[in-house]
Amino acid sequence: MSTATQTQQHAQARIPVEDRGLVQQSLTVVWRNLLHIKRMPEMLLDVTIQPVMFVLLFAFVFGGSINAPGTGYREFLLPGIMAQTIVFSCFVVAVGLTNDLAKGIVDRFKSLPMSRASVLVGRSVSSLIHSSIGIVVMAVTGLLIGWRMREGVLNAALAFGLLLLFGFSMIWLGIWVGSMLQSVEAVQGAMFTIMFPLTFVANTFAPTQNMPPWLRVIAEWNPVSSLTQACRNLWGNGDPASAAAAFPLQHPEIASIVWSIILTIIFAPLAMAAFKRRSRD
Amino acid sequence: MGSEDGTAAPAVEAIDLVKHFGDTRAVDGVSFSIPRGTVLGLLGPNGAGKTTTVRMLTTLSRPTSGTGRVNGHDIVDEPAAVRRSMGLTGQAATVDELLTGRENVRLIGRLYGLPLKYLRESTDELMERFRLTDAADRLAKTYSGGMRRRLDLAVSLVAAPPVLFLDEPTTGLDPRSRVELWDVLRGLVRDSTTLLLTTQYLEEADQLADQIVVIDHGNVIASGTPAQLKEEAGKASVVLTVQSAADLPAAEQLLHTCSPEVHVEPASRRLTAQADGLRDMTLIADALRDSGIAVEDLGLKRPSLDDVFLHLTGRRAETVDDETSSKHADDQDSQPTESMQP
Repeated sequence: MSTATQTQQHAQARIPVEDRGLVQQSLTVVWRNLLHIKRMPEMLLDVTIQPVMFVLLFAFVFGGSINAPGTGYREFLLPGIMAQTIVFSCFVVAVGLTNDLAKGIVDRFKSLPMSRASVLVGRSVSSLIHSSIGIVVMAVTGLLIGWRMREGVLNAALAFGLLLLFGFSMIWLGIWVGSMLQSVEAVQGAMFTIMFPLTFVANTFAPTQNMPPWLRVIAEWNPVSSLTQACRNLWGNGDPASAAAAFPLQHPEIASIVWSIILTIIFAPLAMAAFKRRSRD
Repeated sequence: MGSEDGTAAPAVEAIDLVKHFGDTRAVDGVSFSIPRGTVLGLLGPNGAGKTTTVRMLTTLSRPTSGTGRVNGHDIVDEPAAVRRSMGLTGQAATVDELLTGRENVRLIGRLYGLPLKYLRESTDELMERFRLTDAADRLAKTYSGGMRRRLDLAVSLVAAPPVLFLDEPTTGLDPRSRVELWDVLRGLVRDSTTLLLTTQYLEEADQLADQIVVIDHGNVIASGTPAQLKEEAGKASVVLTVQSAADLPAAEQLLHTCSPEVHVEPASRRLTAQADGLRDMTLIADALRDSGIAVEDLGLKRPSLDDVFLHLTGRRAETVDDETSSKHADDQDSQPTESMQP
């Protein structure tokens, strides 16, 4: 095709079109999504002001009344807030996707000779960047109020890696919800209904020991609890889970990886099917 | 691929396209073909199946049955090749509001796979051509309705596709922006781009299209050149105005030689007679010259596309799309006007 003469009367595409791969197309979509954040910085409120308020609220308002094991409540709290922030990736991706679908941007992309997966990959990567900004903001806030990472650089980095991996699995949930619902308002409603139990019925803000037994089982098997406990262990924030805790909390690092894989296996096919269905007709 | 060059194969073909949504037959067997470098107007009221037809031809929607070809590529079997050879401007201008005009073009150009160096030059050129140079670095959300449409069109043309689909390109535009857009589209056709445009506006189809396909309830109810369609709706008539009322009987008799029915309005000294067209018109003109009747005016009146639509569907196009046009008029009001452009 590149050898075709480029006369104006030419019947084929009149400009040499490079066959760019999925990676480059996805990067272009990421560039566009990041420009959106630059133009509308208030999009970042959900991963900046909001979690900082949570940190301050829990650290100073509830903190005194919650008896946390080990190095004090603020150290106990920070990994929980980090986990909550990364879980909210799915909210970010769902809102962004619903917006693009509703405004016809996805249709525009689909009419182009590009890989349709790059719309999703680009959206996922920019959402992970979005959430990572939140993680950095949380870390700085934590450091300011006395939170520390005490187990060395490698373990510290491993904890951030686990957070990102878990965020990746949450993105598929976001794509699924975003493709199923028609409006941003509906997405917000659905997401808060999912997010609040998921991030609160866990060891994120309070130890599970004092919960009613049935609730404690749910909380300890909650994937968010594994992630939170893994971060606590890797950063040396508080004691390891007690021997009475459920199995995943005994091995939280492995459990976080396994949960991320399971969630991806469940939600990725659902998400891709829903996105395909939504964008086909 | 070279075999497709210079052949007489149509640029776009719809082959018995059918699309059902549940029990609704949105498109129920639509066929047409568009020769290269020409304009086809897909005309019909709201909900007739125009947009669904375009979505199938542009690979956004899979036909329930039937198929189509764009630039020789099958829309079902070779969607990637179809996408490489066409551009689409959808019903709502799908520009990215948070990007500048230039960034919008760059985004789509990069996704098409155009080299950056080429893109930089062609973006400037497109901005110039669509009179967006001054606004090129402003966010698209500050654009007026007309500017958005032009940007949308510029974006669709970034890879200079040989075929362009335009779904109601001027809906919601004020008359001035509409006429401006028509000029742009005529320019494209001069550059041998093939256009398929859907419209509810008869005037638009009349102005731009070489060929019109009228659809209603998912079916093609008529097709042909604008002139053919008008012909179908009813014969043309000759309208003769004489200078003196005394000549009326003579003129009436004269017109009777080629038309059985002559309508006389004595007050305005006007006579109307059905005629077959220019041939009859010439005969009448010759006869008038020989008869010595003083003629004030002689004209041929053809039925408008409005008459065609009424004839075909039993209802006026304007009443059918009343709802949408008023809705779009509201949209228009909320946007800055074209005159705000520097």
